[in-house]
Amino acid sequence: MSQVNDRVNSQGEGCPVDIEVNCIGETCPVPLVEVRKALRRASPGDVIEVVGTHPASKKEIPMAVTALGLELLSVEGTDTDWTIRIRR
Amino acid sequence: MSELNEQSAERVTIVLHSGDMDKVYSALIIGNGALAMGMEASIYFTFWGLQRLQKGGLDKGPLSKMNMFGLGKWMIKQRMNKANVASLEKLLQDYKELGGKIIACEMTMEIMGVRREDLRQELIDEYGAVGSYIQEARDSQITLFI
Repeated sequence: MSQVNDRVNSQGEGCPVDIEVNCIGETCPVPLVEVRKALRRASPGDVIEVVGTHPASKKEIPMAVTALGLELLSVEGTDTDWTIRIRR
Repeated sequence: MSELNEQSAERVTIVLHSGDMDKVYSALIIGNGALAMGMEASIYFTFWGLQRLQKGGLDKGPLSKMNMFGLGKWMIKQRMNKANVASLEKLLQDYKELGGKIIACEMTMEIMGVRREDLRQELIDEYGAVGSYIQEARDSQITLFI
């Protein structure tokens, strides 16, 4: 997981962040909804980075990513200050 | 726009019978959650719920408990603002943007004397009755009566 993440972050080998979603201060269900909207905008292969502070969303966004059959690249940070990266 | 996971027709079907503010929140939050997690969603607005589709009516419902002639609702709204909870209007717009369906109950319209022009018709996908609900609910993984 962290290897993938390093590649995304520091090397950026062809997979920089394409779409950023800022959900800081947002609460249920906004982070999930905003991620879904971003995924609809994204093209296949795009990397979406979500930052947020809502604890339940840190668990639930990965659930949604799995349910949508997409790739979860990384989940970092604390429950109240997290960053999640997804590849569409 | 390319769609994600549209081939999986997993579905949530909700009957929103109540027009209480807190229950309208529940219906829209669950509907949005389902859409966000790759399911399809339909909400049937019936009885007191249908009144929330009237022009200007979305957030006019009382609290289901401790409304206290509007004081309780006012207090809850203060708390919601503080917690940065999305408005019902934003949740409804998000719901539509993510492809959620809204069905207005025709029998309620007759009983309550509600005309189509009284409703926010741009939000409504269908005017239906119990048969449409059953037909959708039998193909749904989740169905709720709120």
